[in-house]
Amino acid sequence: MREVVVSLFMMLMASAPALAFVIEDRTTFGPNNADTVLRVVSTADIAFFAPIVRPFLDGNPNLAIDYTVASSSDVMRAVHDQGLAYDLVISSAMDLQTKLANDGLALSYRSPSTLALPDWANWRDQVFAFTQEPATIVVSNAAFDELDIPRNRQELISVMRENPERFRGRVGTYDVRQSGLGYLFATQDARASETYWRLAEVMGGLRAKLYCCSSDMINDVVSGDLLIAYNVLGSYALNHDDEDAFTIVLPSDFTTVMLRTAIIPLTSENPDLAGRLVDHLVSQSGSGKMNFLTGTGVLGAAKEISLRRIQLGPGLLVYLDRFKNRSFVSEWESAILQ
Amino acid sequence: MNSQPSVHGSIQRRLVVLLLIGAAVLAVLLYFVVQSIARQIAQESQDNILSASAISILDSASVQNGEITIDLPYAAFSMLGTVADERIYYSISMGEDFLSGYEDLPGPPGSRGSDNVFYSTHFRGEDVRIASTRRIVSIGPVSQVLEVSVAQTLDGQRETLSRISRIALAVGASFFLLTALFATIVARSTTKPLHRLAESVARRGPKDLRPVAAPVPSEMAPLVSSLNSFMDRLQNSLVQSEEFIAEAAHRVRTPLAVVRTRAEITLRRVEKAENRAAVREMIRAIDESSRSAGQMLDHAMVTFRADHLVKEPVDLAAIVKDTVERLQPLSELRDVDLRVAGLEPAEIQGDPILIQNALRNLLDNAIKYSKTDGWAEVSLVRDAGRAVVIVKDNGPGFPPDPAKRLVGRYSRGENVTGTVGSGLGLTIVDEVARAHNGALHYGNSEEGGACVKLSFPFS
Repeated sequence: MREVVVSLFMMLMASAPALAFVIEDRTTFGPNNADTVLRVVSTADIAFFAPIVRPFLDGNPNLAIDYTVASSSDVMRAVHDQGLAYDLVISSAMDLQTKLANDGLALSYRSPSTLALPDWANWRDQVFAFTQEPATIVVSNAAFDELDIPRNRQELISVMRENPERFRGRVGTYDVRQSGLGYLFATQDARASETYWRLAEVMGGLRAKLYCCSSDMINDVVSGDLLIAYNVLGSYALNHDDEDAFTIVLPSDFTTVMLRTAIIPLTSENPDLAGRLVDHLVSQSGSGKMNFLTGTGVLGAAKEISLRRIQLGPGLLVYLDRFKNRSFVSEWESAILQ
Repeated sequence: MNSQPSVHGSIQRRLVVLLLIGAAVLAVLLYFVVQSIARQIAQESQDNILSASAISILDSASVQNGEITIDLPYAAFSMLGTVADERIYYSISMGEDFLSGYEDLPGPPGSRGSDNVFYSTHFRGEDVRIASTRRIVSIGPVSQVLEVSVAQTLDGQRETLSRISRIALAVGASFFLLTALFATIVARSTTKPLHRLAESVARRGPKDLRPVAAPVPSEMAPLVSSLNSFMDRLQNSLVQSEEFIAEAAHRVRTPLAVVRTRAEITLRRVEKAENRAAVREMIRAIDESSRSAGQMLDHAMVTFRADHLVKEPVDLAAIVKDTVERLQPLSELRDVDLRVAGLEPAEIQGDPILIQNALRNLLDNAIKYSKTDGWAEVSLVRDAGRAVVIVKDNGPGFPPDPAKRLVGRYSRGENVTGTVGSGLGLTIVDEVARAHNGALHYGNSEEGGACVKLSFPFS
């Protein structure tokens, strides 16, 4: 179960058409002999998609869905650079989805469901958000036996500064050079507050471990290798088997919220059906791993005012710029690799 | 009097049409002006924001360790997303080297005159507006031109423009409607003095030829002064006619009466049979010319008064009785029994002088054409909303066929060559009847004599 795969995502953005499109997983939902096959490429794994798509297939008995899982950078490569034909692209990389739409590779789609979406969940009638997933702090309950669990970044900085021996080498966060989602979270944090850079420096001073994925961080917290994991997808933590081993903190100063989005690419051969699948996705309310737009899920505990949804729109393209990426990564490196 | 004027066009309509044409032209002009200004403003504001974006990127460039670094501000792109969800493209290049963004973004057409240029072009299947800016950066000893272009699609601008276009259309249309309303009011108020003048002239009685005294707009002053002078001349001419008729009657009748008296006296004195015959012939000729002159004057008077008919209540029975009394001497002279058969009371609207004149002519005819020792009978009855004066005699009656022509001037029946007459009598009666919306019917009664019916409506 890999949310965002290790890849040379930044290099891709520069130029890497020679790199092959790596498929991580692939399956077909629905009958084998169906008349119509809808091809979906997604960063979400099969276990996530299966329960969502089942009611949709029940309503369309003659339909099968060919579901391909790939990393966000591979999805981008497949759709943007190689122009492979898909009917729907689902990704957690909001910046890349925005770029697809901005570069004219997405079809517009309007329906009562998409028009009912709040403004922040719909860009140009091309990018549609259907989950909101917060970046959380996951702390080991064992480590915080005697200490107060930090409620925001300020308290997190204090507790790490006051107990350097305890936390040295046992804090973890995304490696923004490897993870597209980690990069998105880090850039949005940096945009929101200078506190991020102080936090990065403190974590760097404690020789923070760097990860590719939320699930690895959570596993290490459960196993006791990590005491603090910063910027972990809350929905992954919430559904972990060993939930008692850790506490999920939605930072009260601000909680960055990622929106999982779907677009219908220009190459779609069945855009009407893809549109109906979009309608189905945006009207989901079941709570599970994902926090759907209408459900409560992990966000239930957070106050609306501290939520900072990453805004869909051209602003996201700034961090995809080569120079911007280079300068951000170098600043991040100088903070966290001391 | 009732002749229909030949009508060509209408001042009011012409005013309305001209004003409407003007308003339509102005409305269309307004529409295009508003639209063009809106287009310009929309273009300028988009250019401004694109330029701000490009400049903010250019300003974020710096040289560090002999290398160019560009720290794109987040706002550089997010500001472009505030107005509308447009697509954005950008390109950063230094000298001939492409650095970042979209390499195929077209550069400014032709040679650029200044550091900031704006141009519209086509990119990736869409119309885009591009702002391009540049500055010199020095890396060590080398100076190079750093150029930043930012492009945006025009969907939102088009939408804004079409909204403004609809507003401009509404403004133009309501301007036109308001002006149309205004034009109608203006046209109506402009022609009001004309209508007022026409009404005041039409309301006047037939004898009212006073000049128009009510104030009129200066444009109408020549018309009114012409009208006044025309009425003045008409008044003069009418007075002259009236005076002439009265004068003529006096001047013709009196000498003829004198001559006739003298002739009769002479007749008594003359003994010789042939001389007596000559004098009688003379008297007869005098009678004829006296009668003719009288009737001609009567006719002139009737025509004059009928043209300017002034109506007043007339007791028809009284007039009949009075006229019969006046003609009693003449009938006695002719040994004609002039009698009144029956008078029903009847009051009509009319000119008593004209009516009396008509009656006198009728009775005169009856007396004249009766046989010696004959009779003439007059009666007044009411019949179907009309007052009818019936005059009968026991003369030869009217000739059967060409009866109709007797009302023509100077026409006389073929069977009355032996009697003095001018041929104007029935003409006068007919004209009086017509002037009063009445009618003249004549024919022969069963006994053979003439029977004339003169009828007047009651109201």
